[in-house]
Amino acid sequence: MNDKRKGIQRAKRINTAMTAILYLIGGSILLLIFVLAAYIIIKGLLSYYPGILSTDRNGILNQLFNTIYLVFLSLLISVPLGVLAGIYMAEYAKENKLTRFLRICIESLSSLPSIVIGLFGYLVLILMTGANWNLMAGAITVSILSLPAITTTTEDAIRALPKSYKQASMALSATQWTSIVKVLLPAASKRIITGIILAAGRGFGEAAALLYTAGQSTRLNWSNWDLTAKTCPLNPFRPGETLSLHIWLMRTEGSLNPHSEQIANFSAMVLVIMVLLFSLTARILSNKINSKKTGLKE
Amino acid sequence: MRQSKSVVKDNKLGPLIVRIAGLLIIALTLSIGLFLVIRGMGTFVKFHHSITEFLFSSNWAPTDSATASGGNVGAAIYIAGSLLTCGLALLIVLPFSIGAAIFMTEISAKAGKKIFQPAIEIFVGIPSVVYGWIGLTVLVPFIRDVFHAKMGGYSVLAASIVLAVMIFPTITTVSVDAIRSVPDSYRRAAYGLASTRWQVIYKIVLPASKSGIMTGIILGLSRAFGEALAVAMVIGKTRAFPKDLLSPTNNLTAAIASDMGNTASGGEHNLALWSMALLLLIISVTCIFLIHLIGARAKKNERA
Repeated sequence: MNDKRKGIQRAKRINTAMTAILYLIGGSILLLIFVLAAYIIIKGLLSYYPGILSTDRNGILNQLFNTIYLVFLSLLISVPLGVLAGIYMAEYAKENKLTRFLRICIESLSSLPSIVIGLFGYLVLILMTGANWNLMAGAITVSILSLPAITTTTEDAIRALPKSYKQASMALSATQWTSIVKVLLPAASKRIITGIILAAGRGFGEAAALLYTAGQSTRLNWSNWDLTAKTCPLNPFRPGETLSLHIWLMRTEGSLNPHSEQIANFSAMVLVIMVLLFSLTARILSNKINSKKTGLKE
Repeated sequence: MRQSKSVVKDNKLGPLIVRIAGLLIIALTLSIGLFLVIRGMGTFVKFHHSITEFLFSSNWAPTDSATASGGNVGAAIYIAGSLLTCGLALLIVLPFSIGAAIFMTEISAKAGKKIFQPAIEIFVGIPSVVYGWIGLTVLVPFIRDVFHAKMGGYSVLAASIVLAVMIFPTITTVSVDAIRSVPDSYRRAAYGLASTRWQVIYKIVLPASKSGIMTGIILGLSRAFGEALAVAMVIGKTRAFPKDLLSPTNNLTAAIASDMGNTASGGEHNLALWSMALLLLIISVTCIFLIHLIGARAKKNERA
């Protein structure tokens, strides 16, 4: 009897101790992310100097522009392809070997290291075409990286719709394709857009895949709008170093720029704020979808 | 199919286009695999090195010209560097990931949704270069000053900690999903037998979600193996086996990232780097295979 009571007390003590440890782990994780975010932002702000927001070699505006332009170009490829493939997976693919294989392909694609995909882009788009480093090659490489996520989001978004949507549309003698375009896609659009925003946010931070595709230099002339010129900002076939690559180069390659440390600090802040703004937008959007679905306002 | 019987003819072009999009993804994945195999096999086919030399020899002295051979391509240092940093990162992150997952599901589901979920999203959102940059500006000087590391703090330890932070969200998110999918009746039955909360967690919930947590661990490991720039910034890039956790070394991804651009295309050094990339591809495909294996086995157990 005494032994049993001891056992119970021991179990209770262990329970209290483990609960305390779990609280400690939870707390330290929250503390870590808070400190990390604060460090990035404070260090970035402290590194500000006049001229950092300029387009000359001490500024980061060219790199910032390249980043946004590159992600935009990559979405031009990955969004149509990903959404179309997602529609196929949700509406047309039968449960057969081909579909299972396609699923494995998407899964493998999403787990491949970005440097491996970067090398593939380097091989096919730079070495085999004989081109110099260019933004378009970087954009295509990043689009390969975001393709699996956009495909799966589209498939999930369409599959999550109530069956009655399609049934109602088909009952009005709409064809399957018309139902998809006019009913299912619009109804799933918010979730798909959320997925695209998240993919874009990830594209901003990508660096390893761009090392040997988009290139590690940029020289722009903001008064040159001849699309074929090497210095024209909108020419997609020019080298285009992005913000994340800029951080890497400023901190590793023994940069000759006297401001390299400040530039890296400030760029990191800009990059993180940009990515977080995108994921915040995606979160607000997806919360809206959820509250609309349940009819609850929060 | 019902719609084919309907009076209205369906659009033929649309379904064709989406099918092509699906096939394009298959073609893309296959060609990535194919190109990497062709390039990566060059070391063994064109320059006649043995796979054993590549995997187990630490003699790394490839010649760097498009045609000449005769160097050595033992990549054991890089492979060991990858294995060591990833293994250590896993050891560091496991208590935190599983602890956080338990906290988010069993202790405070509300805090889990409202506080931890957004916090994890911030972890995911920080780009890998920025993690590397923090490692370089905070972690490396810290290790140098506190442990008096000889090589100025660039070390296996620094790389492992950076990797641990980077794979934390992956392992935690998958583990949370696994723990959430344990039926509540299990917990109620255990509480009904007067178990404490920890007993329920340790004896019921964790064993029941074991395969899901394993999936998370493998996904995290696969991410750690492929991470390039963040590790390259803090590992020291020294071509030697590390003497201890405080000494620098090198790994597969850092070597590819820093050397690929400086080698003659098609040369021995260049192709050896491609072989490393092929090795990374094989590791990541193996991880996917393992995850499917675990999933299939879990399903079998459920039915039994």
